[in-house]
Amino acid sequence: MRDGAQETPKLRLRGLRKAFGEKQVLDGVNLDVPAGHSMVILGGSGSGKSVTIKCVLGLIEPDEGVVEIDGRNLLSMPRREREAVGDRIGMLFQNGALFDSLPVWENVCFKLLAQKRITRRAARDKAAEVLAQVGLAASVGDLYPAELSGGMQKRVALARAIAARPDIIFFDEPTTGLDPIMGAVIDGLIVDCVKRLGATAVSITHDMASARRIGDLAAMIHHGRIVWTGPAATLGNTGNAMVDQFARGEREGPIQMELRR
Amino acid sequence: MGALLLDPLAALGRGAIAACRMAGAVALFALEALSHLVRPPFHWRLFGRAFVEIAYYSLPVVALTAIFTGMVLALQSYTGFARFNAQSAVAGVVVLSLTRELGPVLAGLMVAGRIGASFAAEIGTMRVTDQIDALRTLSTDPMKYLVAPRILAGVIALPLLVVVADILGVMGGWLIGTTKLGFVSAAYLRSTWDILETIDVVSGLVKASVFGFIVTLMGTFCGYNSQGGAQGVGSATTTAVVASSILILATDYVLTEMFFAQ
Ligand SMILES: Nc1ncnc2c1ncn2[C@@H]1O[C@H](COP(=O)(O)OP(=O)(O)O)[C@@H](O)[C@H]1O
Ligand SMILES: [Mg+2]
Repeated sequence: MRDGAQETPKLRLRGLRKAFGEKQVLDGVNLDVPAGHSMVILGGSGSGKSVTIKCVLGLIEPDEGVVEIDGRNLLSMPRREREAVGDRIGMLFQNGALFDSLPVWENVCFKLLAQKRITRRAARDKAAEVLAQVGLAASVGDLYPAELSGGMQKRVALARAIAARPDIIFFDEPTTGLDPIMGAVIDGLIVDCVKRLGATAVSITHDMASARRIGDLAAMIHHGRIVWTGPAATLGNTGNAMVDQFARGEREGPIQMELRR
Repeated sequence: MGALLLDPLAALGRGAIAACRMAGAVALFALEALSHLVRPPFHWRLFGRAFVEIAYYSLPVVALTAIFTGMVLALQSYTGFARFNAQSAVAGVVVLSLTRELGPVLAGLMVAGRIGASFAAEIGTMRVTDQIDALRTLSTDPMKYLVAPRILAGVIALPLLVVVADILGVMGGWLIGTTKLGFVSAAYLRSTWDILETIDVVSGLVKASVFGFIVTLMGTFCGYNSQGGAQGVGSATTTAVVASSILILATDYVLTEMFFAQ
């Protein structure tokens, strides 16, 4: 059997391991995300979802493993090449991580300005254009992040993540801390933006409604490993006891909450 | 019994190891920051902001400190020297103490309190809210963006502050000398000027530059490496101020030895 005809996945993780001190947070993560798809990663708090993404972004150096984008291993690349790959990646942080010393327009166009793809004069107009895509008025550009509500901050963070037109975008718990309606609105914006860019998306969430809205593929991480991958539509009746317990939010099942560790 | 006796020793050893580790980490951090100063691009806008913060906004505290110090110096040395009938040395003592020693050290300590604390708090907050990670994902090296411009600003701004402190300190001494101690204004200024040599001023300005480096380095280092939420930022701020104050005083001794020891 040959499957050489199969395309190289946009993102491929193999045997990713990372320990902090005694604690083995990632214990051999394997994951494929095909180009143009939207993958949601599910898992309890502290299961290593954010650490996985940070390894891909180069913010945490894994102890072992392979992180391939378009078939090329980031971890064995010279720094300059790795930065060039990083230029094509967008990231929405769990709590927004907007720069509070800069006005919104500079936040949104930060990457374009850093890469000198735009002048400061043009950046305001560009910011207004991107803000419109996330449903914010151009006047928001002159405010500072501290002056915005939580939902607006999420939108600005989303605008910042997509402004440089990345071809892979990561979303770390984009709807956590928002009310359900705002959550649904942000999910809708994410789906629209990813579709408009034609990008590959990887989202972390533990909100099932959100997972079904954003993802076409889903993966579940538990104890530092991916224990299941499949279509997002089947979440809740996948036949995998762990995933089904998580998706239905049941107390009894194979996943035991470890309150003390 | 033995364990009890050895316990303080073990603690001392642990402390020494931690101090060495921190010194190494600070040195590496400083080298990386300096390497960004010679590798373009350089963030002039952020340099300007830090420069204004250090030079302009520290001016009031440094000026007040200098004036009062000059006044006290004149008073103290007058009453002290009266015992040897050496009152005429007051002007010289005031200007030499200020330019060589008190100008740079006091300005350094004031700036350590203001700038060291504010840099550590600002960068520390950026660390614990993922803003430093965000910089990386936005094609920006945080060392180049947050650290290098601030350190350069400190190295340049502190000597300028010290020039102001020297002048105001001498004026403070002159004020007391002429109004309270009975010196003739022209004669006081004449003897100030006569005793002053280039090395007195230059050594003070070199010290100021080094202190500016220490304060901005420790402030950015402690902020950059802070962890663990608001409490972590708080302790980073404290460490930055305490460590830079002690380093200023220790370095001051070394520099004085280099400049003036026979
Ligand atoms: N920089 C770090 N240093 C030490 N431990 C860390 C660090 N980052 C994450 N961890 C630990 O790794 C585990 C997984 O964290 P994380 O990936 O953030 O969880 P989540 O799945 O909720 O996003 C947590 O127990 C956390 O304490
Ligand atoms: Mg997380």
